[in-house]
Amino acid sequence: MRSVLTVFRKELTDHFSSKKFLILLALIYIAGLASTYVALQNISDVASALDKHVFLRLYTTGGDVLPSFISFITFFIPIIGIIFGFDAINSERNSGNLSRLMSQPIYRDSVINGKFLAGVTTLSIIVASIAFIIAGVGLTSIGVPPTSEEILRIFFFIFICVFYGGFWMGLSLLFSVIMDKIAASILTAIAIWIFFMFFLPIIANAIANAVAPLEGATSAVQIQNYTINQGILRISPSTLFTETIAILLIPTGGHFMLQPVFESDIANMIANPLSLGQSLIQVWPQLVIIIALAIICFALSYILFMRQEIRST
Amino acid sequence: MSDNNNIIVAKDLTKIYNETTTAVDHLNLNIKEGEIFGLLGPNGAGKSTVILMLLGLTEPTSGNIGVDGFDSTREPLKVKSITGYLPEKIGFYEDMSAYANLKYTAELNNVPYREIPERIDEVLDLVNLSDRKKGLVKTFSKGMKQRLGIADVLVKNPRLVIFDEPTEGLDPKVANQILQTILDLNKKKNITFMLSSHQLNLVQKICPRVGIMSRGKLVGSGSIDQMGRDIFGGGKFRIEIELAKVPDKLVGDIRKMDKVLNVAVDQNKLTVTCDKDLREEISKVIAKEGIIMTGMDIKRDALEEIYLRYFKEEE
Repeated sequence: MRSVLTVFRKELTDHFSSKKFLILLALIYIAGLASTYVALQNISDVASALDKHVFLRLYTTGGDVLPSFISFITFFIPIIGIIFGFDAINSERNSGNLSRLMSQPIYRDSVINGKFLAGVTTLSIIVASIAFIIAGVGLTSIGVPPTSEEILRIFFFIFICVFYGGFWMGLSLLFSVIMDKIAASILTAIAIWIFFMFFLPIIANAIANAVAPLEGATSAVQIQNYTINQGILRISPSTLFTETIAILLIPTGGHFMLQPVFESDIANMIANPLSLGQSLIQVWPQLVIIIALAIICFALSYILFMRQEIRST
Repeated sequence: MSDNNNIIVAKDLTKIYNETTTAVDHLNLNIKEGEIFGLLGPNGAGKSTVILMLLGLTEPTSGNIGVDGFDSTREPLKVKSITGYLPEKIGFYEDMSAYANLKYTAELNNVPYREIPERIDEVLDLVNLSDRKKGLVKTFSKGMKQRLGIADVLVKNPRLVIFDEPTEGLDPKVANQILQTILDLNKKKNITFMLSSHQLNLVQKICPRVGIMSRGKLVGSGSIDQMGRDIFGGGKFRIEIELAKVPDKLVGDIRKMDKVLNVAVDQNKLTVTCDKDLREEISKVIAKEGIIMTGMDIKRDALEEIYLRYFKEEE
């Protein structure tokens, strides 16, 4: 146990003093603050006087110029995950540190556990700090304090972000175990991210339109089109994540993205927010899958790493 | 303490990869505490695999190996807490100072926090790197890294140090420094060393006893002197003489000379095994017979012969 802590502390120190950490932190702070600025500009337009969740709108309101904070974070979390995982094992192996490390009286899993924990901790610190900074900025600017439910929702949001980042970290860690070349492991991880982020929506759209063409379609066909599209998109963890945080942070209407709803229907609905419990029930499947994916990726890397032979050459 | 002060004991150690490639084949090896043992063999002979099994980094297919009575497969942590290992391609965290690298190793070895600075100063002093304590490892030369590697294994106060290719890629001066450091440590701290190498000539300088591996088997072990004698048929020297013709009388004369152990004839070539450098005496005898000598060569040490016999056949 002590050796895990030793590895953890060393890796954490490495992360915090690394340039990639500073660059990422700066990028995310800039993105976060810029989106908060846009949110503050637009918040009075979107929030009605009866809105019970004005504070959460800080995170979810975007503008014409910049998207909302949650769109930014959806984009950034995989990057953070990949960056703190892609070279975890193979850089140690290539530099010859791994065999030196393995000849110390520590269990082999101490290395991979310590590294993964350090990465997840760094990720948590980045996400939590920007979430709190936005809360602080928002509090002073709009003057509406968050309700306890909103605070809980924000904590849940951070929690989910950590697991989602953990999935990407686990995935890139897996590649760093399998692949000897650092360039190969980072490129593979990024290729998968790009596929889910950009290509899967195109593919889903194409298939949905081929099966159920929208041109002059009836409502039933439109719903079919939407269902197929959404069904394919849900292969991607990023879709699951987007759905989860949207439902959590947009209590009024966020859950409409889970099933086909016509805009005409939305307009006729009474703006009635879900309680936290109901929101959690809505996102439960997505949440479980994200956590499971994170665990599976880490477990796979763990098993493969434990079975690998550590040669110095 | 295990039997007979043996710190390393390997019994019928076998490692088969993918059920077809035998890397180590029923190896039996005993190394005494306080010894400097050279494990020699060409690349691919199975030396590294033996070391991996010794450290518990890979499991033997059958047989066992242990350090100081602890089985390497079942109690690798106990083995690794008394065994220092310097891999062939030693690596450090380049962006960290020598001190920080050693501190990490010390922490992983559960050295009490208060003792760490003192311990590091001591080992850096032993390898003459005290002045570069705060220097980043990326500024170090290969020889310095190798010395830092020695410091790194000494931090844990090992009783056994395994050194994979200690002199590989080093210039002769630095290589000799490293060998001298090994000798000093062996004497001062009674650390057992096992050097694994394919560079026979360097290792034999400091290893009183060596084992030669070839194709996963230990094909010979003992002192290099003894092994040379075995190969030379008992003598210390071997003189090879090429003559225009070899009359029987000459062979008889040489055989009768003092210190000559054996004379072998192969067409026009005479091979004389002896315990003394007899070139002068032999040339006189040949001159007296009036035979034209076309060549004479003396092999003083057995090294090359050992090399040829055990190593070259691999290629």
